Amino acid sequence: MTDELSRAFAALADPTRRDIVARLAGADASVGELAEPYGMSVQAVSKHLKVLGAAGLVSRSRDAQRRPCHLEAEVFDLMTTWIERYRRQAQERFVRLDAVLAEMGEQDEPYDESRPRQEGAAS
Amino acid sequence: MNATGTNQTSIEAHPTLPLITITREFDAPPDRVYRAWTDPELFVRWIGPRSIDTRVDHWDARTGGSWHYTSSRDGEQWGFFGSFHELRPNERLVQTFTFEGYPDGVSLETLVLTDLGDGRTRATTTGVVASLEDRDAILRSGMEVGVIEGYEKLDELLADGR
Repeated sequence: MTDELSRAFAALADPTRRDIVARLAGADASVGELAEPYGMSVQAVSKHLKVLGAAGLVSRSRDAQRRPCHLEAEVFDLMTTWIERYRRQAQERFVRLDAVLAEMGEQDEPYDESRPRQEGAAS
Repeated sequence: MNATGTNQTSIEAHPTLPLITITREFDAPPDRVYRAWTDPELFVRWIGPRSIDTRVDHWDARTGGSWHYTSSRDGEQWGFFGSFHELRPNERLVQTFTFEGYPDGVSLETLVLTDLGDGRTRATTTGVVASLEDRDAILRSGMEVGVIEGYEKLDELLADGR
């Protein structure tokens, strides 16, 4: 799963491929349709699609002659999961920090009755 | 004095730039948050789960200083080090961060503390690395360490803190 996600992130590092993904999020499209706005050869777009395909982000149906490209939303869910786990780790860390800050607050409190008063600290 | 609801952490991993931004609010004023981040004795109490022992080997928290700490669990050890690039008390902390197990993946980390008033602070950390590959390695590390055995230790510490 990790390798798959690494490939997905790497595949999305390219701006053209990101754009292709954005357009496929709207609707399936053929290679020719995808190539049109880029002023790019069908071969060049095919290359990008190959990278996206290897990353599991885009699939192509075999049946129709048009062979439309289709966005695989599942991989995006995995990426979200990955980031969410990292977020949760940060949250756990910060909950620990909350506790430390709360304790520091008690120590900073000058009129805390539960603490013995420090007399004669001449500083 | 604490709200009953826990403040939530938000994270943004930029899709095309090797950036991770983490934002969190705290029920404490900026000077206290800053101290918890720069005082080594306070820092080790929250940086890692209780199951991981963190030992500060070197800590010179001033502009141009440096730090090194070692985390260990069950005989396994991991070292981390970096430089304190700039410290601006209660406002801003810029440092580098390297995990010795991934020595080429240095991160430049900027912490900005925003005073929200009423004894509250927003902390925004932005980490920048050299490539998306490095960034993903960092995100992946969250996967390996994050979910493990943290929760009950956390509850314990929370109870201690009150």
